Amino acid sequence: MTTSDVGSLAVLPAGTHAVVRRLRGGRGLAGRLAGMGLTVGSRLEVLQNRGHGPVLVRVRDTRIGLGRGEAAKVLVEALHP
Amino acid sequence: MSAAGEPILIGIAGQPNVGKSTVFNLVTGLSQHIGNWPGKTIERREGTVTCDGTTLRIVDLPGTYSLTADSPEERITRDFILREHPDVVIMIADAAALERNLYLLAELLALPVRLVLGLNMLDVAESQGIAIAPHVLAATLGLPVMPLVASRGEGVSPLLREALRLAREPAPFAPSRPEIAAPHRAALAQLRGLLARHVPEPCEPTWVATKLLEGDREVTELAHGWLPERKWRAVQALLEAHEDAGLDIPSGRYEWIGRMTRAAVRRPHLAHASLTDRLDRWAVHPLWGVLLLFAVSALVFAVTFQVGAPAQQWLDSAGIEPLRAWAARALSGAPPWVTGLLADGLLAGAGTVVTFVPILMVFFTALGVLEASGLFARAAYVMHRFMYLIGLHGKSFLPLFLGFGCNVPAVMGARIIEEPRPRLLTILLAPLVPCSARLAVIAFLTPAFFGGAALPVAVGLVIINLAVLAATGVALNRAVFHGRHTPFIIELPLYHVPSARALARFVWTNTLVFLRNAGTVIVVLSVLVWAAAYLPGADLDHSYLARFGRALAPLGTALGLDWRMVVALLASFIAKENAIATLGILYSAGASGVGLAQTLAAQVSPATALSFLTATMLFIPCVATVAAMRQETHSWRWTLFGVTLMFVLAIGAAAVVYHICRLMGAGFAHA
Repeated sequence: MTTSDVGSLAVLPAGTHAVVRRLRGGRGLAGRLAGMGLTVGSRLEVLQNRGHGPVLVRVRDTRIGLGRGEAAKVLVEALHP
Repeated sequence: MSAAGEPILIGIAGQPNVGKSTVFNLVTGLSQHIGNWPGKTIERREGTVTCDGTTLRIVDLPGTYSLTADSPEERITRDFILREHPDVVIMIADAAALERNLYLLAELLALPVRLVLGLNMLDVAESQGIAIAPHVLAATLGLPVMPLVASRGEGVSPLLREALRLAREPAPFAPSRPEIAAPHRAALAQLRGLLARHVPEPCEPTWVATKLLEGDREVTELAHGWLPERKWRAVQALLEAHEDAGLDIPSGRYEWIGRMTRAAVRRPHLAHASLTDRLDRWAVHPLWGVLLLFAVSALVFAVTFQVGAPAQQWLDSAGIEPLRAWAARALSGAPPWVTGLLADGLLAGAGTVVTFVPILMVFFTALGVLEASGLFARAAYVMHRFMYLIGLHGKSFLPLFLGFGCNVPAVMGARIIEEPRPRLLTILLAPLVPCSARLAVIAFLTPAFFGGAALPVAVGLVIINLAVLAATGVALNRAVFHGRHTPFIIELPLYHVPSARALARFVWTNTLVFLRNAGTVIVVLSVLVWAAAYLPGADLDHSYLARFGRALAPLGTALGLDWRMVVALLASFIAKENAIATLGILYSAGASGVGLAQTLAAQVSPATALSFLTATMLFIPCVATVAAMRQETHSWRWTLFGVTLMFVLAIGAAAVVYHICRLMGAGFAHA
C-alpha cells in the first residue's frame, strides 16, 4: 500500500479509502465528528461525492453525510490499494 | 446504594438511532409521564416499573453521540448524572456500530455513576458480518454487558435485573476507564493540582481537567468562576500549550475502545453489500433520491386527503355541529350573547382543535415512519444542497414540505431538527408554505375573478409565494442569525422496520401535546375573535372587527382593497377558508357560492383581485399555526415576530402586485 499527500476530503472521489490526518474548523466541529466516529487516525471510505452537494463517507461502520464546507475541513491521506 | 423498598433511579442513555426509546417503552409500558427538562424544549420521559419487589424510576435521556459538543441533549445527560445521582445508568449501544457507540460509554465512564451496557441489535450486527461475545466484552470493560434484541423484546428483563443488582452491589464500581493520550498526561496532572479543593461537589477534578483540555465551553466557564484569578491564568497557559488535546483526547478514547473490543469482536467473513447499501444506491442518488422523496410525499398527501379530510368532516358534522345545535337549543332562553359565546366562540374553537386531530395523526404517522425507518436522514441528505441555498438545513425539508398539507404539523415537525437555529428558522418559515386551505381559497376565488385565466394566475400566485419564502429564508438567515453557518453533519442509520408500538406512541404523544398546549391557545383566541366579530351587538357589519377593518381602510386603499376585503383577510385568522365565507356575508351574495363568484367578478377589478389573493397567500398564519408556533418556540416574542413578519410581507407583496397591475393598466379593465 502506498500513500499520497494530505488533502481535503471534499476532493476525494467515491470509492477512495483514506486516513484522517487533521481536522480544521475548531473544537466544536471536531467534537461532533468524534462522537460519530470520525477522529484523527480513523479510516474512512468515500461512498458518494459528486463534486457538488454533501459528501457521504463510511467510518467505523457508520454512514455520515457532511456538507461540503464540513468535508473541506477534514484533511485526509488517500490510501491506494 | 439504595436499601430494598426505596425507589431506585435509573437513567437510559445512548446515541441516536440505537433503539433506546424502544427499550424505554418496553420497560415502562403505560406508566410513562412526559414533561420537559427544566428550561429546555426537550421532552423528559419518565416511568416506573417493579422489578423483584423494588420500584424502579426510569428516565429516558435524550440521544446524544458524545458529551462534549455543547448541545442541550449533552448537557441534560451530564446534569442528570451529576445532579440527580442515578443509582445506575443503562447505556444502550448499537452492536452494528459498536466502536462508535462505545465512545459515549468512554465519556460516561468519566462521570460518577455505575453503568450497565445493553448491547442492542446483535442480530443486525451478525447480518453485517460482525460477531460479538458479550461476556468477553464485559470482562475487558469490567462492567455488565447484556445482549438485547429490543425490536423483539428479547433481553429486556435480564437487563433490568442486572441494573438492579448493580445498584445494590456493595463493592465499589471499578471498570476499565480510558486514560488520556500520553502527551497530555503531565498537563492533566498539573490541571488536577490547580483545580484541587476548588471544584465543588458533585464535579470531580479529573473530569473537569479533561473537559478543560477538550475545550468544553460550559466547564471552562464554570472553572473560571471557581478558581482564583492567579490559578486561572496558570490553567489558561496550560490549555494554550496543549491546544491539540481537543483532537488527541477523542483519538485516545478510540484507541482504548480498540483495545477493549479486540478480543470480543470478530469479523469472521466479509459482509455482502447490505440491504442498506443496496437501498442507498437509490435513496441517496441526487436524482432518484429526490424522485423517491416526492413519491413518498405524494403518498402522504394522498392518505391525508383520503383518510384525514373525510375524518375531519365527519368529526365536524357528527361531533361539533350537533353539539353547537344542542347548545343553541338548550340555551334558547339565555341572552343571545351567551349562546353566541358558547356555540360560536368556545365550541367553534374546540371544533377547530378537534378537526385538526385526524390530519395531525396522519402527518405524525408519516413523519414517525420516515424518521424511524432511516428515510428521514436520507431526505435531509439529498435535499441539503437545495435547502442550503435559502439558508436552511437539509433536515428542514420534510417538515416544510408537509406544510403544503397543513402548516400546523410543519411547525410541530420542526422539533425533529436538533440544531436550534435551523429549527427556529423552519418554524418561522413554515407558515409561508401555501397550505391546502389557502390553496382551496385560491382555487375558489381565481375562477371567480379571472375566469378562463384562473390556472396561470393561481400558478403565478404559488410561484410568488414560494419566491417570498426563499427570499425570507435568505434574509432571516442574514439579519437574525448573522449568516452564521450551521454545520451539516448527519448520520444515515441502517434501515429499520419501524416498531408499531413506538410509532403509535410517537403519534399519540405529539397529538396530545397539540391538544393540551396549542388547543388552549386556539380556544382562547377563537373566543377573542368571536367577541370582536359579535360585539358591540348588532351584526358583523357593525362589529369591532368591522370597525377595525374600516380603521385599516387607508392601508387597504394602498393595496386597492376596500374594508370588506380587509375584514375577510382578518377573518382568515381563525381558518383560512373563512375568507370566502366572510366575503359572502359582506358582499351580501347570500349562501350560494355561484352568487358570490358573480358578485365579485362584477365589483372587483383584476388589480384589486390579484392584490387580495397575494395578501391572502401571505397573510398572518391561522390561529392553530400561531398556537403551534408558540408551543414549539416556547416564546411569545418569536411567535409575534413571525406573525408580524408575515403581516408585513403580505401587505408589502400585495402593494407591489397592485401597483404593478395599475401601471400595466389592469386596474380599471374588468375581466
